[in-house]
Amino acid sequence: MYEGAVQDLIDELGRLPGVGPKSAQRIAFYLLAADPVDVRRLVTALTEVKDKVRFCTVCGNVSEEDMCRVCRDPRRDLSVICVVEEPKDVVAIEKTREFRGRYHVLGGAISPIDGVGPDDLRIRELMARLADGDVTELILATDPNLEGEATATYLARLVKPLGLRVTRLASGLPVGGDLEYADEVTLGRAFEGRRAIDI
Amino acid sequence: MDGAAENGPVPLYRDEAVVLRTQKLGEADRIVTLLTRRHGRVRAVAKGVRRTGSRFGARVEPFTQVDLQLHEGRSLDTVTQAETIAPYGERIASDYGRYTAGTAVLETAERLTAEEREPSLRLYLLVVAALRSLAEGEHTPTLVLDAFILRALAIAGYEPSLDGCARCGEPGPHRYFAVAAGGLVCAEHRPGGAATASPPAVALLNALLTGDWTVADVAADGTQREASGLVAAYLQWHIERGLRSLRLVER
Repeated sequence: MYEGAVQDLIDELGRLPGVGPKSAQRIAFYLLAADPVDVRRLVTALTEVKDKVRFCTVCGNVSEEDMCRVCRDPRRDLSVICVVEEPKDVVAIEKTREFRGRYHVLGGAISPIDGVGPDDLRIRELMARLADGDVTELILATDPNLEGEATATYLARLVKPLGLRVTRLASGLPVGGDLEYADEVTLGRAFEGRRAIDI
Repeated sequence: MDGAAENGPVPLYRDEAVVLRTQKLGEADRIVTLLTRRHGRVRAVAKGVRRTGSRFGARVEPFTQVDLQLHEGRSLDTVTQAETIAPYGERIASDYGRYTAGTAVLETAERLTAEEREPSLRLYLLVVAALRSLAEGEHTPTLVLDAFILRALAIAGYEPSLDGCARCGEPGPHRYFAVAAGGLVCAEHRPGGAATASPPAVALLNALLTGDWTVADVAADGTQREASGLVAAYLQWHIERGLRSLRLVER
């Protein structure tokens, strides 16, 4: 145990995800020895993120204004909505530069074992957006794991009466990998979703 | 440390398991809770499974029956190899009713194995049978769940009395279901707050416990709901803390 301020810092750092007691101690002593200017920059970054960042009123993505950058952009295609679990998934898809529509961030996936049901996610907000009638396609881009698949199944069933085109991101072989190392489920999906080569 | 000596036995073991639950760990790892055939409930680290290029990512997802090689650790074991025996997850997750019922099966199994590494072969076989039934869509998912709960409780030593009175043993049929007393009770031993159980619901509970699907499959919706309510109350009583997934089961 250290005295006052040092121990407080170690305790606070230790509450962060993935930071154990040893790492917390290491970071605390690094900060203690660091240039005060660097530490002040970190402090400003921390306070600003809490003061400025909100969630987009339309899609639920992180934003510094009422609407996020994507929702404000008039060049984006209003007829397509891509549903993702977390804001970091938006960033991952934006990096591909393949998608020109807008997003909807659910805030997680349906996971009954963790007590997360459909009412705990931003599904009602999604249904309200779809009711406007501008949207013709819904892309379900939840994680390709069990919870993500179940969430996609639930949403597909929920929006079926609206008569939209509902699509799910493809699953298959990772680019740059070896076929022999693929697991059965992934390889099976890759077969299911195979496509003709146009020459 | 045992097995760490040069030329000593390597602390590796191989077992079949059903994945009950996964939790994120660090950047790309997961902690998987397994119900194994020979070693009971085991918690193990599966390294790198959240990366898209992972060799066994899909094999250690909940509902999957896997053949595993594990490296024994101090608190957590490590998954070193995984081969799929049956990927029930895909067919269960493709139907929301099956998914919610299946999750409750997994949570019940986890909660009924109080101690880690205490073998429970009968529970393991029961979980596999329930998942197979859900994946194949043989019966209504909620019926599969209720049958699983009743039989899992029976294995754990909490088999409800569905014939004679749980207090005095007087042969039934009886109309009152007292959770704390352990099943149906006669009018004389009926405690305050005991639920009334209709004869069709009692017949359904019996069918579910014994596996008589010809009776269970044709039970009316109202009867199924009544039986489910009794099963849920009976389970909650015996596992003390409530089952989180039960409230989200689609009925």
